[in-house]
Amino acid sequence: MHEKKKTWLTFIFEVIVLAVLFTIVQYAMTVGLINQSYQINITSMCINIILAVSLNLINGFTGQLSLGHAGFMAVGAYASVIMTNNLGMPFIVGILVGCLAAGIAGFLIGVPTLRLKGDYLAIATLGFGEIIRVVLQNIDYVGGPAGMVGITRLTSWPWLYAATIVTILVIVNLINSSYGRAIISVREDEIASELMGINTTSYKVLAFVVGAMFAGLAGVLYAHFFYIIKPETFGFLKSFDIVVMVVLGGLGSTTGAVIAAIFITFLTFALQKYAAVRMIIYSLILIIVMIYRPQGLMGSKELTRKTFARIWSGKK
Amino acid sequence: MIEFAQQLVNGLSLGAIYALIALGYTMVYGIIKLINFAHGDVMMVGAYVGFFSITLLGTNILAAMLVAMLFCAILGVIIEKVAYRPLRNSTRIAALITAIGVSLFLEYITIFILGPAQKVFPSSAFPITEYHIAGISILNKNIFVFISAVVLMLILQYIIKWTKTGKAMRAVSLDMEAAVLMGISVDKTISITFAIGSALAAAAGVMVGVYYNTINPLMGIIPGLKAFVAAVLGGIGIIPGAMVGGFVMGLLETMVSGYGNSMYRDAVAFGVLILILLIKPTGLFGKNTGEKV
Amino acid sequence: MSLLEITNLHKSFGGLSAVLKFNFRLDAQELVGLIGPNGAGKTTVFNLITGVYKPNGGSIVFNNEDIAGMAPYNICKKGVARTFQNIRLFKDLSVIDNVKIAFHKNVNYNLLSTILRTPAFFRGEKIIEEKALEYLKIFKLEDKRDEIASNLPYGEQRRLEIARALATKPTMLILDEPAAGMNPQETRELMQLIEWIRKDFQLSILLIEHDMSLVMGVCERIYVLDYGQIIAHGLPEEIRNNKKVIEAYLGEEVG
Repeated sequence: MHEKKKTWLTFIFEVIVLAVLFTIVQYAMTVGLINQSYQINITSMCINIILAVSLNLINGFTGQLSLGHAGFMAVGAYASVIMTNNLGMPFIVGILVGCLAAGIAGFLIGVPTLRLKGDYLAIATLGFGEIIRVVLQNIDYVGGPAGMVGITRLTSWPWLYAATIVTILVIVNLINSSYGRAIISVREDEIASELMGINTTSYKVLAFVVGAMFAGLAGVLYAHFFYIIKPETFGFLKSFDIVVMVVLGGLGSTTGAVIAAIFITFLTFALQKYAAVRMIIYSLILIIVMIYRPQGLMGSKELTRKTFARIWSGKK
Repeated sequence: MIEFAQQLVNGLSLGAIYALIALGYTMVYGIIKLINFAHGDVMMVGAYVGFFSITLLGTNILAAMLVAMLFCAILGVIIEKVAYRPLRNSTRIAALITAIGVSLFLEYITIFILGPAQKVFPSSAFPITEYHIAGISILNKNIFVFISAVVLMLILQYIIKWTKTGKAMRAVSLDMEAAVLMGISVDKTISITFAIGSALAAAAGVMVGVYYNTINPLMGIIPGLKAFVAAVLGGIGIIPGAMVGGFVMGLLETMVSGYGNSMYRDAVAFGVLILILLIKPTGLFGKNTGEKV
Repeated sequence: MSLLEITNLHKSFGGLSAVLKFNFRLDAQELVGLIGPNGAGKTTVFNLITGVYKPNGGSIVFNNEDIAGMAPYNICKKGVARTFQNIRLFKDLSVIDNVKIAFHKNVNYNLLSTILRTPAFFRGEKIIEEKALEYLKIFKLEDKRDEIASNLPYGEQRRLEIARALATKPTMLILDEPAAGMNPQETRELMQLIEWIRKDFQLSILLIEHDMSLVMGVCERIYVLDYGQIIAHGLPEEIRNNKKVIEAYLGEEVG
């Protein structure tokens, strides 16, 4: 009973910490302590966290290398803007439709391609990502290469915060369950996993669809913050960006993905005046990390309550 | 019919360029099982070296091509030594991501040094003449591209089939460990593979400069991807496959732009890729191999 | 009434027959050995039974149902479990997670309760945890529950693999060279364990083993495979004196 009480106390404590964090930022924004460029930075950070954590489900936990994550982001973005701007629906409908559309795209692409392995899968997903981009470029209804403009800014801090937390929560809960173990077993040894009665294909598709849905969510938030979406924004360079975050954080570590997403956002922010330099640094980090620490920052380890408890008691 | 023949002529020279780039992908994949994402960017570097060789050194086009090939051969060897060799025993994904890193590095270091704007390939280096044969217009640049590509491919075939180096390359790609036991220096063989592959890409780069007239730091991405598709189409790791795949891609692309919507040109390449992967992932010339349990 | 009845099974790789006209029978709660020289096709037979390879012809009737060509996970659900010649654990996962994965096919909470962390989820997880511990206890691995599987010594990895296979609740267990790489002492213990498992779990066991003396000691019946074909079958005594068998093994190790 004592143990249970303690868990509840930790839970309540964590909820309070999250609520306080939310309130501080919300307050700072209202009174104007956080200026426009920092607001952009915070928004990008949340979007990047959502993208990295969701791609990590596919690349890190399921072990299926996908290079087309930005494609699903595009699907979510476009579908939601059609809902909100063109059809005048409320934002929540845009969010739901964006996620759903991206999820469906994930399913349609995942079912045929997930039979492929390793490099082949990587290339096929990259190809599908590019096809999504080219198709969007050729649809006049969504503006062709010029994209969709004049999107109302609906993405606010509460939406961002909630979306980020829901993404992390859903994926962490999924991974720490029997379903999650099945997903990880696919990465560990596909054949052994099959022979333990696990339909590996369906779990790969599951991870792919869930990952795609959250990429769609990120797309929705992006579209409704930056006023404008263009097909070229969601090309494979954007997909690489997300892969970099996941790899840097450590494949199979959600906390790693979060930390890397924050780091990359700040790096981009700090070097935004020097685009070429940024990309050079970026590529060098990528190469150096792969050579000296190919498992990434966190490996497959997580920062958990236990880790914090250890650090805390160590300090005492 | 004339229209078709015209597209055929255009497609053949474009296909020759793709085939040259595809050869580099396929050789590297065959030997170290790495998709060298930076390969398209090596081609871009080759185009720039060719450009400066003509404008600064005042060489003719053939000499420019040779300079570019030499430069990129060295560049390829350095890339392999610095970035890929330390990762030879780590996971495939780590190597793939390093390759992406190298690709970005080459692109943006070029932008940093030379600026993002495109450069016009000097027309004086290659005055255009047009021939009319049976109603088909053939430009001398098409002939130049096609013939030099074919010559390079023949040289490559000779190297691989008849020289000691070529035999070592084939041995290493079949079984690296056994090759070591036979006294073959694997490091050296891999370096040579990168040198040859990169030299071919550099030649292709100069040809792209002649063919499209302009060059820019990001010019390697799309042709690189398409050449990669060509390599997969022919069966990655198989050298004749890359040649055939390259020509098929070039022809397909010109046919689609000629008869259909040129906006869908790039999508067609990826569509082909996905079809191949789904129907026969090992490519046209590949053999199926299952996982050993 | 036989549990497993294989008739005319045939598998070829690129025109080369790995298994040909293979006929085999296993009764409920029987312990049968499949032996043969290296490259005879023993593991291929196992891969065919468990669905890793699709046969080119023939039937594999298990529990009155033809399972030939089914997907491996479905075959597992029918009650067939196996271990591998070259251990295939989920290397980076903990010992207990390895076993827990085997329970997944019977998981009794759904995805929604997983994400919402409903009481059903906690109840289900508790049951899985308890059951997994039971299996670890049987194989004396409960002290190592949180150890990473690849850090276990070789013998314990073999035991964990058997524990994981048993956790799928099979009616037939297939063991592919379970004693490979073990010393004589470990092998003896393993054989006792196999006997005990069969009685306690009421299983049929099909066993590939290279060590002839060992197979002779523990199996009730033996099939001998050479060049993909059965060349003899019968009681251990009969096999020991079979001319063809001795011939097949000559030049290799003579049991």
